[in-house]
Amino acid sequence: MRTLVIAGHGMVGHRLVEALVERDTQQQWRIVVLAEEQRHAYDRVALSSYVDSWDADTLTLPSVDDDRVELRLGDPCVAIDRDARTVRTAAGDVVAYDALVLATGSAPFVPPVPGHGLPGCHVYRAPEDLDAIREAAQHAMHTTAAGRRSGVVVGGGLLGLEAAHALRQLGLSPHVVEMAPRLMPVQVDEGGGALLRRFVEQLGVTVHCGAATDAIETDRGRLLVRLSGGTELDTDLVVFSAGIRPRDQLARDAGLRVGDRGGVHVDARCRTADEHVWAVGECAAVDGRCYGLVAPGYAMAEVVADRLAGGQATFPGADTSTKLKLLGVDVASFGDAHGQTDGALEVVHNDPVTGRYAKLVVSDDARTLLGGVLVGDASAYGSLRALVGTELPDDPGALISPSGAELDAATLPDAAQVCSCYAVTAGALGQAITDGAEDVPALKSCTKAGTGCGSCVPTLKKVLAAHGVAQSTALCEHFEHSRAELFEIVSATGIGTFTELIERYGQGRGCDICKPAVASILASLGGGHILDGEQAALQDTNDHFLANLQRNGTYSVIPRVPGGEITPDKLMVIGEVAKEYGLYTKITGGQRIDMFGARVEQLPVIWRRLVDAGFESGHAYGKALRTVKSCVGTDWCRYGVQDSVTMAIKLELRYRGLRSPHKLKSGVSGCARECAEARSKDFGVIATETGWNLYVGGNGGFSPRHAELLVSDVDTDMLVRYIDRFLMFYVRTADRLQRTAAWIEAMEGGLEHLREVVVDDSLGIADDLEAAMAGHVAGYTDEWNAVLDDEDKLARFTSFVNAPDAPDPNIEFVDRRGQQVPVGYDRGSQPVMLAGPELEVVTR
Amino acid sequence: MTRWTVVCRYDDLIPERGVAALVDGEAVAVFRTHDGVLHALSNTDPFSEASVLSRGIVGDRDGAPTVASPIYKQRFDLRTGTCLDDPDVAVARYPVRVTDGIVEVGGA
Ligand code: SRM
Ligand SMILES: Cc1cc2nc3c(=O)[nH]c(=O)nc-3n(C[C@H](O)[C@H](O)[C@H](O)COP(=O)(O)OP(=O)(O)OC[C@H]3O[C@@H](n4cnc5c(N)ncnc54)[C@H](O)[C@@H]3O)c2cc1C
Ligand code: SF4
Ligand code: FES
Repeated sequence: MRTLVIAGHGMVGHRLVEALVERDTQQQWRIVVLAEEQRHAYDRVALSSYVDSWDADTLTLPSVDDDRVELRLGDPCVAIDRDARTVRTAAGDVVAYDALVLATGSAPFVPPVPGHGLPGCHVYRAPEDLDAIREAAQHAMHTTAAGRRSGVVVGGGLLGLEAAHALRQLGLSPHVVEMAPRLMPVQVDEGGGALLRRFVEQLGVTVHCGAATDAIETDRGRLLVRLSGGTELDTDLVVFSAGIRPRDQLARDAGLRVGDRGGVHVDARCRTADEHVWAVGECAAVDGRCYGLVAPGYAMAEVVADRLAGGQATFPGADTSTKLKLLGVDVASFGDAHGQTDGALEVVHNDPVTGRYAKLVVSDDARTLLGGVLVGDASAYGSLRALVGTELPDDPGALISPSGAELDAATLPDAAQVCSCYAVTAGALGQAITDGAEDVPALKSCTKAGTGCGSCVPTLKKVLAAHGVAQSTALCEHFEHSRAELFEIVSATGIGTFTELIERYGQGRGCDICKPAVASILASLGGGHILDGEQAALQDTNDHFLANLQRNGTYSVIPRVPGGEITPDKLMVIGEVAKEYGLYTKITGGQRIDMFGARVEQLPVIWRRLVDAGFESGHAYGKALRTVKSCVGTDWCRYGVQDSVTMAIKLELRYRGLRSPHKLKSGVSGCARECAEARSKDFGVIATETGWNLYVGGNGGFSPRHAELLVSDVDTDMLVRYIDRFLMFYVRTADRLQRTAAWIEAMEGGLEHLREVVVDDSLGIADDLEAAMAGHVAGYTDEWNAVLDDEDKLARFTSFVNAPDAPDPNIEFVDRRGQQVPVGYDRGSQPVMLAGPELEVVTR
Repeated sequence: MTRWTVVCRYDDLIPERGVAALVDGEAVAVFRTHDGVLHALSNTDPFSEASVLSRGIVGDRDGAPTVASPIYKQRFDLRTGTCLDDPDVAVARYPVRVTDGIVEVGGA
């Protein structure tokens, strides 16, 4: 067996390992990876999302589990001996190689301005850098007055704007200093840059273009940044993101040629002049050119893997197209964005009012697309990029005018490249679909399309649809539809009963999966009281008795306590009721009080007392809004910046009773200290000095997940509208028993798509969603109160129909710490069911 | 000889929703399916030992009428009492009839 040594375990080095293990079917190679960093390879492209979770594990790339691979973390390569064909590691080991691949990436470039090494100056490349920035930002929270806390980012390119966004999330006011006359000079042109600047400034980022950083000085415990032109910026920290420099020192020391601007010089095979030494990724200069993006690096890794496995691949040159959403602004640039091709023409559409800038670069006969720039709305990026180099189906102007023809995936020419990370064409995708690929995961595994940067996934979906491929999302044996489809059917046809729905659209008589799901849909669409008529037979026992079933057949009672705020009088009523009926009481994890051990026939009398005292159903039994937790906020807390209690109560009262695919939880914190744990909720609200941040998709429970920022610094009115839209969109489109976290994860385009729908109204349904929520709010009545007024419904609350007054003899209690609990409490449950009926029953 | 215990009027039964009755001190679950047929099973869910089967959701699986225990959701065949998710487990069946519009369950 031969030995491949890879110096560097970044994104590209790791891709090389994956690619070689897959291609080396003859098992010719063992691989030794020398990694400078202490952690397994991670997704550097997603580094900024580390700020959402502060959990570096979420960035980790899938590891390659194979005996041929030896990974040495924290032991970098320090020298190469090309004659002996060995490398030396920092730990002093000498490793012999048959092939050596340099994948050492690059280092941030820090301009040598005076003061660049002062404490408080940072770079933005690894999780450790973000940890240090976070620490500095936290320090500023204690030392700098609110309103003056700021950070300066040197460099207004892609990374600089990402860094500015991170600073903003950390509570600092960002300044961006860019030497060029516009932001993102590499990707966008003047017109696009101007619009981008406007967007970025609206978000509270101060932009200084055409300015150089002259010096950084310490000033009364903070930093002072002096710009050319005399501007001085007081700041808590500085982040340099002024470009990158390839890490080519190993090659230089070994006497290998480097590019004019640095980088290990390699040919189109990605090989140096030494036939045993190769270079890939950001450290490589292919025919003298370095690439600062991951897709070209991946292509180089594939080339080297192919060569090592005996193939003849060459690096085809790379597409440096980019699409990103920076601070909520879409920016895309592709192909010859700056019109450098001879005779190239530009077609520009610039609408400052709607905030859209689009430019297409076309050949001199205006027929072939060469490249383009999109700012403000980059939804056409996927299809336009795929058309680069091909003849346009339409007049170029029509493609970018707002009313213009939507590009249809069905009309993409076969040669159009859909996935540029893996150079997969529309034709290859069509072939894969003909060969049986039925969904995005299948396309990913057979063509690799979509497994790189992921930006082509929405187009993959369109291509599938264009080939008429549908996927099975059947709810159960009775309905071939998904929950979302049933929702649409019920909403469009106005069908009001389960029987009619199953007769027209399903088969059989239903089951415990489809019945509650349909019950929930009918309730979400305002189908009246959940125990009315036939609906009563659809409900789970919890909904049927408006209480939570316990292990011994008794129920628990949880009245609503909005925001966790409760008067002493109401507390006393709960105490009296619990005492009178011998109920076990416990403070729940949701800031309210649960009373356990009520028999069916006791529920109405207990609720009569509670309703008379002003309580209402807490819906602890329903797939509905549970609680909106809150902290004390400005009323009492010396740190509070907004009134979190009033907001929590407002939200809880607004969304109470909303039936949804799964339960919904929320929280409101009065400042960034987050005492209400809002970021573990389906929708969480955290106060800022000027408004509210809205986070969505949090989950505790079986698979905990932090909620992610949807919008920041919005006022109360906008906050409520965004939540209205978010919740109604979820109610309409999620699967049965799918919490918001799983829903967003499964969504094509994920959080970004959600933001487009909820914030930018990309589907044009925001008004509908808001109106639906308004309907819910107006139609709300307390379920328990309605039962107490209805003899028919009350009649069902008996243990035995033929002995209405007899308690169930099966139910017995014993005393435990002064309260009653079920006999057999110490038995544990028998079959263990985790997280509800969608998981299978595990018997010990 | 079977002793019959009165449960309720046939018309009081909601289709596809059970009720529990006391029959000689035992809890029995009585169901009326959508086609009007009556079924009676022990009310005790063998998996949790709670007296709750009458509160489960009624439906069908491959054409067999079923009730799903509200505790851990195993489904039982209403006609035989057999658990469809674990055929080694079954609940007791009771005879059930309608006389002059009144539902009656037979004891042992
Ligand atoms: C009572 C309470 C525990 C307590 O004493 O504190 C509780 C009790 C139950 N929880 Fe919970 N959960 C309670 C707070 C929580 C919390 C904490 C919170 O809400 O802040 C969580 C984690 C947060 C989250 O949901 O994201 C939680 C995660 C779960 C889960 C897992 C959900 C998941 O997505 O993985 C289940 C299972 C399910 O819903 O399918 C569950 C299910 C249940 C059920 C309904 C289990 C069952 O089917 O019998 C329990 C019965 C409640 C009852 O009979 O009243 N409970 N449960 C809490 C009631 C809060 C309330 O006031 O309404
Ligand atoms: C915040 C941020 C956002 C980005 N966003 C995008 C984006 O949206 N799109 C995009 O295409 N690209 C983006 N990039 C760039 C992308 O991350 C890089 O192109 C990519 O990571 C390059 O991979 P690499 O393996 O060549 O280098 P790296 O990922 O830097 O890996 C090199 C590794 O080698 C190690 N190493 C160095 N010297 C040695 C040695 N002597 N011995 C052993 N190990 C060594 C380093 O510690 C490092 O772990 C972004 C980068 C950053 C920092
Ligand atoms: S579901 Fe589990 S964690 Fe929640 S209350 Fe019941 S036992 Fe406790
Ligand atoms: S374009 Fe990057 S994964 Fe397809």
